[in-house]
Amino acid sequence: MRFYLGAVAVTALLFAAFHLAGIEYLWFTAYVVVQYVVLATAWNILGGYAGYVNFGSAAFFAVGTYAAVALHKAGIGNLWLMMLAGGAASGLLGLGMGYLTLRLRGAYFSIATLSLAVLLQTVITNWSYLGGSRGVYVVRPAEVAVFSSFVEYLFAVMLALALLAICLARYIETSRLGYGLAAIRDDELAAEASGVPTLRLKLIATTISGGLMGMAGAPMPYYSTFIEPASAFGLNYAVNAMAMPLVGGLKTWIGPLVGALLMGTAQQIATVTISSAVNLLLVGLLLIGFLMLAPQGIVGLIKGRTGR
Amino acid sequence: MANSISVSHLSAGYGAVQVLDDVSLEVPSGQTVALLGTNGNGKSTLMRCIMGMIRPAAGKVTAVIDGETHDLTGRATEEIVDLGIALVPEGRRLFPKLAVEENLLIGAYRPAARARMAENLDYCYEVFPRLKERRGQPVGSMSGGEQQMVALGRAVMSAPRILLVDEPSVGLAPILVSRTIDLIHQLKSSLNLTVLMAEQNFHQAVRIADRGYVIVHGRIAFEGASAAALSDNQMVRDFYLGQ
Repeated sequence: MRFYLGAVAVTALLFAAFHLAGIEYLWFTAYVVVQYVVLATAWNILGGYAGYVNFGSAAFFAVGTYAAVALHKAGIGNLWLMMLAGGAASGLLGLGMGYLTLRLRGAYFSIATLSLAVLLQTVITNWSYLGGSRGVYVVRPAEVAVFSSFVEYLFAVMLALALLAICLARYIETSRLGYGLAAIRDDELAAEASGVPTLRLKLIATTISGGLMGMAGAPMPYYSTFIEPASAFGLNYAVNAMAMPLVGGLKTWIGPLVGALLMGTAQQIATVTISSAVNLLLVGLLLIGFLMLAPQGIVGLIKGRTGR
Repeated sequence: MANSISVSHLSAGYGAVQVLDDVSLEVPSGQTVALLGTNGNGKSTLMRCIMGMIRPAAGKVTAVIDGETHDLTGRATEEIVDLGIALVPEGRRLFPKLAVEENLLIGAYRPAARARMAENLDYCYEVFPRLKERRGQPVGSMSGGEQQMVALGRAVMSAPRILLVDEPSVGLAPILVSRTIDLIHQLKSSLNLTVLMAEQNFHQAVRIADRGYVIVHGRIAFEGASAAALSDNQMVRDFYLGQ
């Protein structure tokens, strides 16, 4: 309980600090970083806790985005409803993908998730209602009450989602579900022999993980106001969602948080100071560096230092 | 209450390779049955068939749990564990990065075992005091004998009626083999278990077995209704006991 109250307090303080700063650009940038906190945390629930590496995070994110676009086109512009729709669509996608692919293990599962992203991108590209390959423009609603701008509102919403994701991840970690997933990660056959309902737990994990990614993607139409398949399914989402937990440290909720804050901020700085194209290069280099020098990530490094 | 397993005319294999050929055996209530055979004769495959981890090509597995008969053929492993059948897999198959206590708790995943988790954990620590000392240590850093204790403890945590033990002697020093076999016997007596144990160490297995089967190339080659019948049989003596 203390953890959750603390998390709410930290989130509120963070928002207050950004609100007092009152810089539109700051909210605009922080939104992206916080969005990666959600993506990385969601990825870690399946990839870190259960050991199933998902290469298709972009697909879940984009399905959330396009579910929101669909809703907007149908005349429903409420952000919360869009996020619910995005979460539901991607959660269902996670469940379906789980049913089809979770009997595959290791690299085969990962390849299947990668093909899912390619498949869905092709579908969306040819779906003219959702803009097709030309993309679609989304007009933001007028300013929202209380918040000084719509971007600040979006930032606050993403911050709330990150809070939800982290609390959920931490809850799973200490629950029976978390133990079961850890058993699957260590030795799936033994977990099964011990009576852990492996398929069911994996399906729960893919659904939660996918649902959170979809919710993170849903505000995107309002954030960028222009959505097209190539960027919605962008490589940077899939790579970052995976690289951030790896750099931060798998297995605990704090790893993806640290990784996303660090790498997300570094990429935003690189975008302004060097160029936006250098982002992925930066991610790649950091990932290789960490895999070689600190495979346990930053959390593992710190734990190693303090001898815990 | 009666707890037994009955395997009838079971055939199973992996793809085109047939491993078990028309195997029938009985594990009567309250007995320790030894399934004897050298490597590659189908002992583990039979264990996995009983646990629902391999679908048999033909035949049937039934179990009586607390007097009630269940057909196990084609059921999911978690359902079979849930009925009260636990497997200590070959090579232990622990969760190396998790601590001793976490390994034990995963054994109590089935709903019926959850209620008695604290009680069973105390029992495990009483039987294996060593594990209590090392409850926070990752299992991967422990010795083979200690790991075997964790594997047995994990099975006990599921509050089983029937215990399947697959090759408990694998990778253990001779003194630890005999100690592990004694432990299995001790668990069986104090928890009123029915035990099916696959082993290739005939001398040790026959020590605690009430009954035994010798499996050769996926067929039951000999059935001994008592431990004495097993060790008196000429074929067993010639091939496995070296006497």
